[in-house]
Amino acid sequence: MASRIGVITFPGTCDDRDALRAVELCGGEPVALWHKDDDLRGVDGVFLPGGFSFGDYLRCGAIASLSPVMAAVRRFAAEGGPVLGVCNGFQMLCETGLLPGVLRGNHHGRFNCLEPELVVERPSPWTGNRAGGATLRIPIKHGEGAWYVPDAEAERLAGAGQVLLRYRENPNGATAGVAGVCNEAGNVFGLMPHPEHAVDALIGPTDGRAVVGGLLEIAAAVPA
Amino acid sequence: MKVTVLVRPRDGILDPQGQAIDRSLQGLGYASRGVRAGKVFDVELDAADRSTAESQARELAERVLTNPLIEQFEVVVHG
Repeated sequence: MASRIGVITFPGTCDDRDALRAVELCGGEPVALWHKDDDLRGVDGVFLPGGFSFGDYLRCGAIASLSPVMAAVRRFAAEGGPVLGVCNGFQMLCETGLLPGVLRGNHHGRFNCLEPELVVERPSPWTGNRAGGATLRIPIKHGEGAWYVPDAEAERLAGAGQVLLRYRENPNGATAGVAGVCNEAGNVFGLMPHPEHAVDALIGPTDGRAVVGGLLEIAAAVPA
Repeated sequence: MKVTVLVRPRDGILDPQGQAIDRSLQGLGYASRGVRAGKVFDVELDAADRSTAESQARELAERVLTNPLIEQFEVVVHG
């Protein structure tokens, strides 16, 4: 049976349609969820899509992290449920404290719209079980994409296996070139690149399937 | 009771906004030697006294108005 993946829409989310479609293309059953929902309708996994929730007021992802649905996401994650956050979704996960760090404005002050090479740090379902050192090409589009923790903390997280993706060439000033990081338990993953925009060969690379497929793989493995 | 929360980037945290403002000031001929850009929040709080207002303001500043990883704050209680 296909895994049911909840894609949550907030006011100002703009990548929810692509996320729903990517889940379907990768063999999952997408379930549209709303920020005011206080339960997740029994989904097996959660996809927090990109955009500009609440107009990026206060700090990107900050207001969304306080919404009712995020309390449900926090409970779901605590029980081991898989949660993927992309771009604004990554920012929300950092603001809720489900992931370490925070996303800041790009160091050069400009918006990034690029298709960078990403280097897989270690094999993980979240990156399609590719070997360490393998590369993925997944687009980025962000003004506030610089993941920040103090350098020593970035080293500790890398040592603990929580850094999953780095940019080949750092496009935004992220600490240690980190593009994606997971929590200690490994069931919550956030990244700035947009896997949901890279799932259809008609319009470009399809390496995003590795990440969306990873969410489906973990969702299928977690007992309901 | 009115409280003001002043938010600044932590020391050593890169502030591209402040840098851009600094460069503009220099371009106008001002002897600017560095700008750090922050935020100001004026909050009306229903609080019985100053110390309650201050502790509430500190709590909401830590929980909501700032991200302590990159920002620091000061609370000013008015009246």
